[in-house]
Amino acid sequence: MQCLTVTKPMFIPFIVAGDPSPDITIELALALQEAGADILELGVPYSDPLADGPIIQRAAARALRQQMTLQKAIELIPEMRKKGVKIPIIIFTYYNPVLQLGEESFFALAQKNGANGVLIPDLPFEESEPVRKLGEAAGIPLISLVAPTSKKRIEMIASNAQGFLYCVSSLGVTGVRDTLPETLNEFLTEVKRHSRVPVVVGFGISKSEQVSMLKNYCDGVVIGSALVQKIEQLSDRLQKPDEKEEALAEFRRYARSLTAPLDETVQ
Amino acid sequence: MYNVPNENGRFGDFGGKFVPETLMIPLEEIEEALAKALADDEFKAEYMRILQEYSGRPTPLTFAPNLTKKLNGAKIYLKREDLNHTGAHKINNAIGQALLAKRMGKKKIIAETGAGQHGVAAATVAAHFGMECIVFMGEEDIKRQELNVFRMKLLGAEVVPVYSGNRTLKDATNEAIRYWVQHCDDHFYMIGSVVGPHPYPKMVREFQRIIGDEAKRQFLEREGKLPDIIVACVGGGSNAMGMFYPFLEDDVTLVGVEAAGKGIDTPYHAATITKGTKGVIHGSMTYLLQDEHGQIIEPYSVSAGLDYPGVGPEHAYLASIGRVRYESVTDDEAIAAFQLLSREEGIIPAIESAHALAKAVQLAKTMRSDQTVLVCLSGRGDKDVQTMMKYLKGGNDVAMSNRN
Repeated sequence: MQCLTVTKPMFIPFIVAGDPSPDITIELALALQEAGADILELGVPYSDPLADGPIIQRAAARALRQQMTLQKAIELIPEMRKKGVKIPIIIFTYYNPVLQLGEESFFALAQKNGANGVLIPDLPFEESEPVRKLGEAAGIPLISLVAPTSKKRIEMIASNAQGFLYCVSSLGVTGVRDTLPETLNEFLTEVKRHSRVPVVVGFGISKSEQVSMLKNYCDGVVIGSALVQKIEQLSDRLQKPDEKEEALAEFRRYARSLTAPLDETVQ
Repeated sequence: MYNVPNENGRFGDFGGKFVPETLMIPLEEIEEALAKALADDEFKAEYMRILQEYSGRPTPLTFAPNLTKKLNGAKIYLKREDLNHTGAHKINNAIGQALLAKRMGKKKIIAETGAGQHGVAAATVAAHFGMECIVFMGEEDIKRQELNVFRMKLLGAEVVPVYSGNRTLKDATNEAIRYWVQHCDDHFYMIGSVVGPHPYPKMVREFQRIIGDEAKRQFLEREGKLPDIIVACVGGGSNAMGMFYPFLEDDVTLVGVEAAGKGIDTPYHAATITKGTKGVIHGSMTYLLQDEHGQIIEPYSVSAGLDYPGVGPEHAYLASIGRVRYESVTDDEAIAAFQLLSREEGIIPAIESAHALAKAVQLAKTMRSDQTVLVCLSGRGDKDVQTMMKYLKGGNDVAMSNRN
């Protein structure tokens, strides 16, 4: 990803492909770009999302009812490009759908459709080598995660990181959290010390105050559940032709309000 | 020489650790503690002492004379795991893991449960060792297994209903893992079967092999030879793994029995090895029931303990190398066997174990009278009496129509 010369902390939104419908996913991606997103994480719905809390579980269930699949999610990327989405797009998927599609077919498809990266939350470093190599051959980085429990693993993971490095803010699954651990800044500082790629943080980030606090310690914030929850609330209106534009505008304003601190000068 | 898993937790292509990064260090800590414990005579002695004094081991090997006579084929023996404290083999593993948790300084236990047997076992050992226990259980299973829910609460455990998916064992396991991710600093996740990421499949096998070790000794004493066939039911597969493991290098036919539900050609079954394909579930590469897009398909069985879309990775491996034969038995066949054993031998089996028994009955009929079949009677049927009462009122009363 050429974009990753970071001048200000990045805003990396996560949405689920197909929630509430494939067409609206494209419009939501555009709205996020307009709200200042630097990279889009496009989530592929999965029946058993182990790393996700209730908000994203519900979104995945809605998207699966729309018959969304890994292949269809990847094929949304050129559709998004046609509509004007220019920011890099990362495919976020659990490992099993990749295995069923076939790892080689997956990367061929991702390459053909212009995916800019892949994140597989249940594929830890030790199990990732075959996928990592296929990704390298296809020019698609496999984004790694580090967690507060990673400790002695941080150096190994960070020194091999591709694209950017995703720090899990706290123990637990994705969701909306009122507070983040007090030790998070130390953790991010430690990770940054080992990483040659930008370090971003996600899981639980749902308030502009949190973004404001974190921006000095990382190169970007991932916001998922908070946005997905907003989409859930707006779902009906997004699907009504005469209310869609207003709902999209509300979504855009919400994304802007969460990430406004990123535009202020970094201290 | 049979020597799996390797250091990466692989049984051939199967097994491994497919979990969020957050769990990698907790898994490594368990792996290290387990290796030390298994090499420590003191740990082993304490494990054996508790099995003996608290659970009543060794469990007997029972000859089934009436059933043998009725079938007019091979002699049928039962390994009586139903006579364990709490009524099933699950306690063997729960005691082992609780001892390990204690060594690791963890005082809070997380467990998932299907039929409720592992939940009861976990709640029991938690009470015994003075630990806290939180059990995740699918809402559907809570309805099917009311008595076990009450039992767990009586034992001081918190039972958390799970409303996602089909609301059965798969979903309870997802939720238990999610809870563990959040609380891995001070909780020990006590998995109930030979499933999950490494080292769980190996650990649970080690704590269940007591079934096969005892059975081998008892059978040799009784018959002066090994059984011709051993049969055990397979959901996740812990009773089968515990029973089979000590016999893997012997000349014994091993048969794992999956739940065929309403038939393996219908969508309503839990026959993972028979009908599944390779993939990842609950942190492990194994066979599972899934669609072409890799979404996991909800399984079905009358038996809550076999109602699981995956299977232990070691079973997947044993199937792939042809060492164990995996077959399946329908709800109706299992219910008939449930009634048959009750009436012929005065032993009410768990509906899970009745699957193994149904297959044993089919096989024994085709064998000579000098041959032997050993069935792992993994649990007792008290927990199923209510469900069976409902089923048999529905006109499925096989035993009544077979009365002679």
